[in-house]
Amino acid sequence: MTELTNLTVAQIRDGHRAGDFSAVEVAEAFSANVAGAKALNAFIVETPEHALEAAKQADADRAAGTLKPLSGVPIGMKDLFCTDGVQTTAASHMLEGFIPRYESTVSQKLWDAGAGMLGKLNLDQFAMGSSNETSYFGNVISPWRRKDGGNAALAPGGSSGGSSTAIAARLCPAATGTDTGGSIRQPAAFTGISGIKPTYGRCSRWGIVAFASSLDQAGPMARDVRDCAIMLENMAGFDAKDATSLNLPVPDWEAALSSDLKGKTVGIPKEYRLEGIDPDIDAMWDAGIAMLKDAGAAVVEISLPHTKYALPAYYIIAPAEASSNLARYDGVRYGLRDLPAKNSSGGGAGLQDMYAATRAEGFGPEVKRRIMIGTYVLSAGFYDAYYTQAQKVRTLIARDFEQAFASCDVILAPTAPSAAFGLGEKMADPLAMYLNDVFAVPASLAGLPAMSVPAALNREGLPLGLQIIGKAFDEQSVLNAGLAIEERAGFNARAEKWW
Amino acid sequence: MTIDQATVRKIASLARIAISDAEAAAMEGELNGILGWVEQLGEVDVTGVEPMTAVIPNTLRLRDDVIDADPLTGGNRRDDVLANAPAAMHGFFGVPKVIE
Repeated sequence: MTELTNLTVAQIRDGHRAGDFSAVEVAEAFSANVAGAKALNAFIVETPEHALEAAKQADADRAAGTLKPLSGVPIGMKDLFCTDGVQTTAASHMLEGFIPRYESTVSQKLWDAGAGMLGKLNLDQFAMGSSNETSYFGNVISPWRRKDGGNAALAPGGSSGGSSTAIAARLCPAATGTDTGGSIRQPAAFTGISGIKPTYGRCSRWGIVAFASSLDQAGPMARDVRDCAIMLENMAGFDAKDATSLNLPVPDWEAALSSDLKGKTVGIPKEYRLEGIDPDIDAMWDAGIAMLKDAGAAVVEISLPHTKYALPAYYIIAPAEASSNLARYDGVRYGLRDLPAKNSSGGGAGLQDMYAATRAEGFGPEVKRRIMIGTYVLSAGFYDAYYTQAQKVRTLIARDFEQAFASCDVILAPTAPSAAFGLGEKMADPLAMYLNDVFAVPASLAGLPAMSVPAALNREGLPLGLQIIGKAFDEQSVLNAGLAIEERAGFNARAEKWW
Repeated sequence: MTIDQATVRKIASLARIAISDAEAAAMEGELNGILGWVEQLGEVDVTGVEPMTAVIPNTLRLRDDVIDADPLTGGNRRDDVLANAPAAMHGFFGVPKVIE
C-alpha cells in the first residue's frame, strides 16, 4: 500500500470511503510525521488528539453510512483562525496564551465537513511578512534546499509559511491559508504546492485575526488543484457574521473541473515582464503560455497600465487598515498586559502608560513598522495625500483588470519574481522584502480570485509557481487553467527529507 | 516629504507604542525609506477617480431587530468575554487607576 502520508485529499477521501484504510490510520500517520518534523518549526501547537477524534468519528460514520465530504481527512490550520479551546496566537507575543472561546466560521465549516485538525500552523506575525521570519515563535524552515551542496535554510514564503512547509513536507495533505497581498500564493510557489485565494468575500472573515480587512481572504493550500477545489468548497459560503461575506451559492468546483480550455482566452500582461528578472522565471512563464495553448486556449497580450503602482498603494492601504485593526490590543480585554511600575516622569503608571508598554512589548518590529506607517498616513494633514490617493489608485488598478477581462477569461503570470530566498537575506531591508509580492498584490487590491500552481524547478532545483488570475466569482476558470498547467507541467519533484 | 525623530515619536505616541531613542533613530530611516517609495503614487493622474470603498460590489445587510439575534455573538456571555482578560475582577475588566 502507498504510504498514507503521500496521498492527496481526494485519494484519502476516496480510499477511506472504499475501505482501503481507516481514518484513524491516516490521522496517526500524519501525526507521526508532524511529531518527527520539529526541525521545520511548522506548527505552533500540535493537536493529534483533535485529528484522532475526528478520525474515529469518520470511521464510525463510514460504518453508519453517513460520510461527510472531508471525512477521514486531517488538515493543518493556520494559527490566524480562532479555534475554540486551542491557543490562537497569530504568531505574536501579544496573543501568546490566548485561548478563544469560539470557533472561526471557516474552521467550523471544515470540522462540520468531517475534517480533523493536526495542529495550528506557524506564520508571519499577524500575517505581516513574506518569509515567516517575523513569527514570535521562530521562523519556519522550508523543506527545500538548493542543489548546490550547501545547507542554507530557505524561506518557506509568507505569511502562510507553516502551511506551505507542512504540505510540502507531507505533514498534512492540505491546510488553510489567508491571503492579504500574496500570503497563500507566494508560499505555495516557494514550496512547490498549489493554493488559491478566492474572490474577496467567498470565505467568511469571522474569527480570523484581522490584518487588513478590505484585503484579507482565506483560501486553501494543498498539493494539487483538485484538492484546492475540494477544500475551498468546504471553506466558502455566506456568513451573516461577516458584513462583506458574499451571499452566493458555493459552486461545485470539483465536479466542474476540466482542463479543456477550448474557447477560452488567456491574457498575458505585458507590464509583468520586469527588466532584469531571473531568466528562469521568464522561461517558466513562456512554458506556461505554451501549455495553455496546448490545452486549447487562445493567448492575447493585455495591458494593466497601473501595475507598478499596486505595491506602493498596498503599502499604504494595508498598514492603514492594520493600524486601525490592531488598536484592539490594549492589554485590557485579552492578550498581553505590561503595566510598568512607574511612568516616564517617575509617577505612578496609568492606563496610557500601560497601553504603550503593552504594545511595545507585544508587537514585533515589522508589526510596529506597519502600525506606525498606517498611523502616519491616516493622520490629520496627510490622509488625503497618502490614503485617499492610494484608494483612488486602487480604483484604477481594479479598472485595469476590468478592461483587460473584456478580451480574456484568465490572466497568466509568474507568482513571485524569484524562487525561495535564504532566511536572513532580505530581513535587513523591508523594501526588498515587500518587492517579493509585486505580482501577487494587484489581484489582492482588486479582490480577484488567483491561484498558484507549481510549474518548474529553477537551475538551483527550487520550485517556481505560475499564477492564474480570474474574474470576480469565476474561481472555476482559475482552477481549470491551473489544472491544464498541472497536467502538462507534470511537476512531481519533492524536497528530500533531511529533517 | 521626510520625517524627523520628533515626528517618529509623535506617531509612536498616537499609535500608543512606547519607543526608546535608539528605536526612534532606527525607525526614522526605515519609515523615510518606505514613505519615499510610496510617494511615487503622487505621479498618477487621478482626476475624476473615486477612491475605492468596496472591492466587490455588495450591499450592507440589516439584521433582524431582535435581541441576541445570533446567540453566538449575543448577550449573556460575560464569562466567555472575560476568560482571556489579563486582569478580570468582580465580573469586569480590571484597569489601572484612571481617576486621581
